Amino acid sequence: MALALQTFATVKDANAALKAQGTRYLGGGTLVVRAANEGDVSVSGLIRSTEPSLSTIAVAGGKARVGASVTMAAIAGHPELGTLAKAARAVGGPAIRNMATVGGNLFAPAPYGDFAVALLALDATVGTDGGETPIETFLANRDGSRAVVTSVSFTLPKADSFRFLKVSRVKPKGVSVLSIAGALELSSDGTVTSARIALGCMADRPMRARAAEKALIGRKLTADGIAPALAAAGDGTSPITDPIASAWYRAEVLPVHLGRLLLA
Amino acid sequence: MAKVPVQFTLNGSEKAEFIDSGTTLLQALRDKIGDTSPKGGCHQGTCGACSVIIDGELRLSCLTLAETCDGAVISTTSGLSESGVLHPLQRAFLDTFATQCGFCTPGMIMAAKVLLDHTPNPSRDEVVEALSGNICRCTGYEPIIQAVLTAARANSQNAA
Repeated sequence: MALALQTFATVKDANAALKAQGTRYLGGGTLVVRAANEGDVSVSGLIRSTEPSLSTIAVAGGKARVGASVTMAAIAGHPELGTLAKAARAVGGPAIRNMATVGGNLFAPAPYGDFAVALLALDATVGTDGGETPIETFLANRDGSRAVVTSVSFTLPKADSFRFLKVSRVKPKGVSVLSIAGALELSSDGTVTSARIALGCMADRPMRARAAEKALIGRKLTADGIAPALAAAGDGTSPITDPIASAWYRAEVLPVHLGRLLLA
Repeated sequence: MAKVPVQFTLNGSEKAEFIDSGTTLLQALRDKIGDTSPKGGCHQGTCGACSVIIDGELRLSCLTLAETCDGAVISTTSGLSESGVLHPLQRAFLDTFATQCGFCTPGMIMAAKVLLDHTPNPSRDEVVEALSGNICRCTGYEPIIQAVLTAARANSQNAA
């Protein structure tokens, strides 16, 4: 079935049009056009908005607001978002990064959505016309989400407090076996005072490794110090099985890669 | 369904077509305009065979709706040669036997062209990264990487 595209100048009008059955929001096209090409007949109409605020990046006072239509390439090349460049470059090849958007990444099912893993570790908030939602709540409810995502906002991490790792079989670019993002704060003697760790591919969408986070508090980033966190890394996970890796394999290698990230 | 007008510049020529809403740029280029240089491989954004340059950026025409390209400047591999003389990238692909079956070649050349437009003397790692979204099942990639490096050297010699 042919898709009909409707373009609106405002998010408000796009939201109204999205109330119609069979409509999906078109961001960069790497999810919905892909689905249509694959034969997903549940999509009959595509809606998009050209509102300029969707494409802007604003950094001020240590906080960033990134419009939902901003691409991975724009983030990777932004001088003030350098700490996130690695996570943005982890998405696809150059052409995909010129198309794939921040808003779309929030909806990408595992094994995709590596950038959303980084946003989850940063405790970002997701903006719609209805207000701001914590990213963890947004991800949990994303299947029923009908409102256009307008932005993500987060406190910029210090360069040495944010870590990101994507593991794939094909170099330099391949689909994720798993991805891990960590936002860690250390005291002057190297003791972990706060930790947020997010995992990709360890469930159908990005998830927090809360047991591992708890086990890191008060510890130092040494092999002995992180051992309890590695032992707890798989708590609550339900890894996906796909042609890249089985759930068993992902569960086996998660502590190995978390250890490498923490000791790096 | 009502047709939608779309106008863009393709390889320096103005194009205007009426298309069905939701038509991908790949379909519009191949089936309406007759430029069959972008190839339909996976239609999933995985293989890169459909890569074209839109407003200076590498994009996948299979995942781009044609009507979102209204007013854009689009380049494909079929527009690279001038007066029958091959572009240095095309020449290098032939000389280093980087084509083999040839299906991935137009996408590879577009990805390489964007790289050389921005980075005239790339390192090997930069070439590998630039081609990382394009799949080839024939060559093992090495001849393609060598072709891009060869074209870059040819360009810098011509510029010197």
